[in-house]
Amino acid sequence: MWRYTLKRLVQGVITVWFIATATFFAMHNVPGDPLLNDKNVTEEIRANLEAKYGLDKPIMQQYRIYIWNMIRGDFGISFTQKNRSVNDIIYSHFPVSAILGILAVVFAGLGGVLWGALTALYRNKLPDVIIMFLVILGISVPNFVVAAISQLTLVNVNNLLGVSLLPIAGWGGIEHMLVPAMVLGLGTMAYLTRLMRSSMLEIVSSDFIRTAKAKGLPPTRIFTSHQLRNAILPVITVLGPSIAAITTGGFVVESVFAIPGLGRYFVQAVQQSDYTVIMGTTVFYGAFLVFMVIVVDLLYGWIDPRVRLE
Amino acid sequence: MSTVITSDDSFTSAAGRQLLIFAALAISGITLLMLGLSWASSRTGAASGSNNAVDPVTNTLTVFLREEPPQLDSSKATDTVSGSVLGHVVEGLLRYDEHNQIAPGVAESWDIRADGATFRLRENARWSDGRPVTADDFVFAWQTALDPANASEYAFILYPVKNGEAINAGELPLEELGAVAVDDRTLEVTFERPLAYFDKLVTFSTYYPIRRDFYQSVKGAFGADANRILYNGPFVISRWVHGASLKMDRNPYYWNPDRAKLQTIDFAYITSDANASLNLFKDDKIAYTTLLAENLDDAMQQRWHIHRFMDGGVFYIEFNHRPGRLTGNHHLRKAMQLATESAELVYKVTKLPGYLPGESLFPVWLKGVHGFFREEYPANYPHMDLEQARRHLEKAKQELGLKVIPPLVLLSGDNPVSNIQAEYYQQIFRKHLGLDLKIDKQIFKQRLAKMLSGDFDLVLAGWGPDYDDPLTFGDLFASWNLNNRGRYDNPELDRWVRVAQDEQDVQKRMDAFGEIQRILIEDAVILPGYERGVTYVTNPQMKGMVRRAVGPDPDFSNAWIVD
Repeated sequence: MWRYTLKRLVQGVITVWFIATATFFAMHNVPGDPLLNDKNVTEEIRANLEAKYGLDKPIMQQYRIYIWNMIRGDFGISFTQKNRSVNDIIYSHFPVSAILGILAVVFAGLGGVLWGALTALYRNKLPDVIIMFLVILGISVPNFVVAAISQLTLVNVNNLLGVSLLPIAGWGGIEHMLVPAMVLGLGTMAYLTRLMRSSMLEIVSSDFIRTAKAKGLPPTRIFTSHQLRNAILPVITVLGPSIAAITTGGFVVESVFAIPGLGRYFVQAVQQSDYTVIMGTTVFYGAFLVFMVIVVDLLYGWIDPRVRLE
Repeated sequence: MSTVITSDDSFTSAAGRQLLIFAALAISGITLLMLGLSWASSRTGAASGSNNAVDPVTNTLTVFLREEPPQLDSSKATDTVSGSVLGHVVEGLLRYDEHNQIAPGVAESWDIRADGATFRLRENARWSDGRPVTADDFVFAWQTALDPANASEYAFILYPVKNGEAINAGELPLEELGAVAVDDRTLEVTFERPLAYFDKLVTFSTYYPIRRDFYQSVKGAFGADANRILYNGPFVISRWVHGASLKMDRNPYYWNPDRAKLQTIDFAYITSDANASLNLFKDDKIAYTTLLAENLDDAMQQRWHIHRFMDGGVFYIEFNHRPGRLTGNHHLRKAMQLATESAELVYKVTKLPGYLPGESLFPVWLKGVHGFFREEYPANYPHMDLEQARRHLEKAKQELGLKVIPPLVLLSGDNPVSNIQAEYYQQIFRKHLGLDLKIDKQIFKQRLAKMLSGDFDLVLAGWGPDYDDPLTFGDLFASWNLNNRGRYDNPELDRWVRVAQDEQDVQKRMDAFGEIQRILIEDAVILPGYERGVTYVTNPQMKGMVRRAVGPDPDFSNAWIVD
């Protein structure tokens, strides 16, 4: 177990280093750089900027400096917000994304398992038909549409009631989180519902369920410990990557609901060729994703003892 | 057989009950989790207010920002959002008033001569810590912006001050700058060369004062947080949660206690999503919002207060005039000029509310000798004339020695407005002239890189003003201008630009701009597309919001609330 964990961690570090290197060189090879702007700067000013950010040095030297600073945990200063460090940006905005993301993942996970189990139980009956229709909608409608529609609905509800039931944008309390988190988690919830349903149906007709029934186990026990517990495994598998996807993919939702998360920095940095922020957020999210996958693999062994962690 | 079915049914209902219990557990779990998370998020300090758009009781106006101000260090700020915020909280020597006229700021009197200027600072101008604003604060700010080590992008706007450019290039020490604090209240400026519009330049944020001891005490983080800026404007930033909100309160130390009427301006939301801000406006959470074309009918039905203003931007097709490019041929450009009609583009194709068809590089709002420049010097832009256009095309083919003009590359941005325009030009040039355009769509920085290296034949470009003088547009196509991306090189135009730069007489300067306008049209240097307008709606209880093409925009510093 410990050896396995250590091995995975070492692999993880190598993966992150690879991500950092690939991003670094890809970024420098894309046309355009962070110093270009609508208004062209004079040669003196450009030289000053290049000197300040070290862009006048040869690329391999820049790379060495970059990796060395990264190891020391310093991602540098943003090009667009010239007096803010990337560490500060991540430090103050990732918690917001993480809070929203955790809630969305919990919504998605619990919702997916419950709806999936429900549809499997009532296969081809009315609840199944309705839920599966909604699931198709949830998977196919992109979340910027869902976000805009749900915000507009909130406005209309508030206008209708004459009081502000829920704020339509902003950040702070539960009231601000509820709708954005549901919108953010919706796609994943729909996907997990389908996964849970098919996985339940596969297990319902398997031999060990028939044996359990034949043994005369109480239905609740069969359902809980035999069906749910086994069916949940594939859900856990995809949950890891989807935690990272949800937490990083909040750009649209953060923008529509005016939430100060890291998502928009992540996206805008690429548009602005903001080298330091691109590197900082990519490496940070990359490390986060790698870590989540490791955690899920470890969880796997805990949930299903048949899986050997070797 | 029937027994099996009933037993399955009982299994389903038992399992269903179990599932219901799980669901109840899940809901209560989520509720607990949310309580925990809301506690955690309150620790991040990012709480949004739940004020209404206008609150007469607390005298608070709630609005939004399009994006987080990237830079509140006035020596480095370049963008309009930072400019708008800074305009509320910091004051330069001069400022624009609510009628967009030059008004006294920190300077109570000033004298601008051909070779320099003297500013007399008012005695009661104070920083937000109570200490007086002195002439040295301006000298320090300008030196800071020109210091090569600080690498300010807008340092060039200080080049008119003597030795500014040499200092920025690192050739002279900071102390050599032609700006001297004679005493605490007198600032003496020497110009690099004669300059007719210095009063307009000093309203710009790069010219704002910065106090030496404060700047040094925050150790390179000047402007990074609310408490790392010193204020001398009508408002101070009392709270700035990055990415979330920014709150301003009236500055008790401001020299003119009658100016600010609001107690608080709360920029409670930061979103670039136009639909989100429209929803906030509908929900009575913000006092103004920009309208998109598709919301215009809705806004009229709701009888909202709709306004329009020109934001200053002029957009056009720029040709690549570099040697070897087909578009370097005068007749080919003339043919394209006579095959287009910007009114058609604006009214039938893009259909954006508030946009004006482009006729000239000089926008309609620029001031001339007495009134508006464009009224005194009409553009007389040629209308679509296909016969003439085809004649020019034939000449172009002869001169270029080509039977068929090969496809030209139209470099374009990747956004809806650019896409529509690019397709419009592609279609009309094919229809009217049989010319093929290849559209090269690129995102922001990549498009800029290609413009810079000249990797295009035509490019959808635009220009926004830096200061309120026709020269901010007029020198754009001078052969030495770095923003002349098509590398247009015409000694006659260069000569007129020099006249406009050096001449002190207003009439002669405006005549020079008139000549520049004529050359740009006659030689078809650009194809004007449109002047950008902004349509927006305001809360009827908010009065006195100011919009401007040059200077802090939007400006709420003079706004008030009516009951």
